[in-house]
Amino acid sequence: MAFQLIPSNTKIDFVRFRFVALIISALLLAGSITAFFTIGLNFGIDFRGGVTVEVGPADGENFDESSLTAARGAVNDLNLGDVRVQNITNPGGEQGIVAFIEAVIDSEDGDTRQNEVATQVQDALKQALGEEISVRRVDVVGPTVSGELVQRGVTALVVAIGLMLAYIWFRFEWQFSIGAILALTHDVILTIGVFAVTQLEFTLAIIAALLTIIGYSMNDTVVIYDRIRENLRKYKQMPLKDVINLSVNQTLGRTIMTSLTTLLAVVALFVFGGSVLRGFSFALIWGVIVGTYSTVYIASPLLLQTGVKRDWSEGGSKVDTATTV
Amino acid sequence: MLRFNRWQTIGLAILMVLAAYVTMPNFFPKDDPLPGFPGTGLTLGLDLQGGSYLLLDVGTDVVIDQRINNLRADVRTEFRRAPRVRFTGLEREGDAVTMRIPEGEDFEAAESRLRRLSRPLTGAPGRDLLVTSDAEARQLSVTLTDEAREAYANDAVDQSITAVRRRIDNLGTVEPSIQKQGDTRLVLQVPGDGDSERLKSVIGRTGQLSFHMVDDSVGFQEIQAGRIPPRRVVYPSSDGSGTLALFETPDVTGDMITDASAQPNPDGGGFQVNFAFDNRGQWRFADVTRENIGRRFAIVLDEQIISAPTIQTPILGGSGRITGRFSPEEATELSILIKSGALPAPLQVIEQRTVGADLGADSVRAGTIALIIGFVAVVIYIAFTYGRFGLYADIALIANVLLIAGALSLLGATLTLPGIAGIVLTIGMAVDANVLIFERIREEVASGKPSVAAVEAGYKNAWSAIVDANLTTLIAALIMFQLGSGPVRGFAVTLGIGVITSVFTAFVITRVFAGGYVLRARPKTLKI
Repeated sequence: MAFQLIPSNTKIDFVRFRFVALIISALLLAGSITAFFTIGLNFGIDFRGGVTVEVGPADGENFDESSLTAARGAVNDLNLGDVRVQNITNPGGEQGIVAFIEAVIDSEDGDTRQNEVATQVQDALKQALGEEISVRRVDVVGPTVSGELVQRGVTALVVAIGLMLAYIWFRFEWQFSIGAILALTHDVILTIGVFAVTQLEFTLAIIAALLTIIGYSMNDTVVIYDRIRENLRKYKQMPLKDVINLSVNQTLGRTIMTSLTTLLAVVALFVFGGSVLRGFSFALIWGVIVGTYSTVYIASPLLLQTGVKRDWSEGGSKVDTATTV
Repeated sequence: MLRFNRWQTIGLAILMVLAAYVTMPNFFPKDDPLPGFPGTGLTLGLDLQGGSYLLLDVGTDVVIDQRINNLRADVRTEFRRAPRVRFTGLEREGDAVTMRIPEGEDFEAAESRLRRLSRPLTGAPGRDLLVTSDAEARQLSVTLTDEAREAYANDAVDQSITAVRRRIDNLGTVEPSIQKQGDTRLVLQVPGDGDSERLKSVIGRTGQLSFHMVDDSVGFQEIQAGRIPPRRVVYPSSDGSGTLALFETPDVTGDMITDASAQPNPDGGGFQVNFAFDNRGQWRFADVTRENIGRRFAIVLDEQIISAPTIQTPILGGSGRITGRFSPEEATELSILIKSGALPAPLQVIEQRTVGADLGADSVRAGTIALIIGFVAVVIYIAFTYGRFGLYADIALIANVLLIAGALSLLGATLTLPGIAGIVLTIGMAVDANVLIFERIREEVASGKPSVAAVEAGYKNAWSAIVDANLTTLIAALIMFQLGSGPVRGFAVTLGIGVITSVFTAFVITRVFAGGYVLRARPKTLKI
């Protein structure tokens, strides 16, 4: 038994909403950029450098409220500057305690110092909570590496957007790539914005999520563009506005369907994947929603602004005959 | 387009069986493999099995610096050999060693003597030294060539790999993996629930061991006042109890030691380290101890005195012991350092990621649960939406997971937690190709095509969008692979493989079933 979520012949006038969408997006973008510069991102140690030590109770035991106080006291006594000690629930469900220590940057031997700090913190936690506690995670990122990771992360994003631009240009034409890239950048900025507002930790994994969002949003956009191109060939006289509306409507079923299956998968990751993947899957959930929105309301209507080539009869004639049956 | 001949179908079936075949070994322990199956299999990343990842920076600058300092001594030795060359102002200036040849001395002869020091590099093209001269100012300058710097740095990195491996093997840890990354870095990965602090302290020390006679004529006051006679050095003791002046030239060095081990000190508290010399070390040590009975010698490790006993009797047997109030761990560590030999260059840990085995196991569990739930949710949803065709897409989805597992096993890839996330995400996105096709078929049906033609047109017309859409994700995955490290790479690998296999399964496998169905049943109306 087939079930159709979106009727095949929707006739929603998406293009009409483009100014509303533009205002909404502009507000969201402004908000994101403001949040980025005022609140700022809560960078993880990947990018800021520093030490994270996570400990769990010894086998068969549990941490209680006094454990956190004891741990906090012990770590604070080390006088390491900016230190956070908090409870954490592990994927297995049991409580743990995690200590974050800010990087000791700007000193000649920052890397050496960082390692000493890691040792001190572990010793202090063992003293406060007992020798038997299990050290679940130790991350140390020295100033050299964190600088490189920032650089690599930014490079990856820029290269990704650049390659997407080139790809669309190559497959379609430049008007299309402008729309696609604006939509992509929109998605990336809004995702960064939501991380600034929620103060979720921004780690290397989030960069991976951003790259995936870029790929995903692009994927969505390309499918609609593909249809627009096809319809431009088919209906040579139809106004561009109507062609865009027709194409978005024709692909709406697919757009919603794919977003929903992807959301099903990433929500499963978010709920069941454990704390390590939480930020990552949160970024993906947000990215899928924003990406779908931007494809429909930003990338496609933008073609009205940039204009497109109407005559696609030359080049790709093979596809042309196939589609104009 | 919808017809597959028998061989094509059999080929697809064989492909699936092969994927299952190479995936099977993953479900059995490595040390107890299933007979008749290949040795393929995934490796769990350190974030899943627990272990330490260390990024080490090899201090090649120190090596180069040392070489340039040695150069000064080499020049002095060369010019003092007969026929002697007079020189003044021999000193290091930046990366070069410079000197002046006084008037009356043959400048050209001096220059050619200096040039004679330069030798071809071993294992690399070019020579080691670069001599520049200024006849007017009677200045000579010698420095390392760029090739030599590179060769020395490379040697240091390569030797570091060997040295680190030896130390970790001596620590008794299982299968460390050491790889060179870039020009001067090493990636060290040690699986297991070992103590990362211990690991770091074992590889973080240079381990330069030497034996020096103590110069007891230099007293505490002199050391305090900095009145140190020439060719003496002052080192602190490792327990912080004071400093001693030693003769600069060591009598015996660490490379003359062949073995070392820790054991409890039979004469008192604590542990001691026993060591054995090679022949050369045995002779030297015997000579030194015979000639210096009643005096003290110092055992120096990385410019710290770890012990300074008084020589009671000549030690002729070629073995000795270092006593001190060592804890068992300290003694073991010390014996490992002594036995493994010195690092050619200091190593600095610049990044560390350690995951405990229990957190790793938790992550595996959480990842697997997320994978299963995500998979089941998508499968049900698709079947619900597209009915019969949805079931075909579900078969393709199962085939897709099988192919991903097969490809990863065959490649012997490392599965990380983000890698599992990549598979989950791929499951969600893999359906996209089928959605594109099915939605297209719906449209073709709506435009009044008969069922067979509609299905055929659906596949044909969706192809361009499928390729375009998946290539973008593939590009993103490639960038992540190129620029990412460790876990991110794991994600990129599974995402990239998943994209490729999903296009294949969605476009080919569903077509076998969908084509078979419409050609056989020729339904009047297509329920999709």
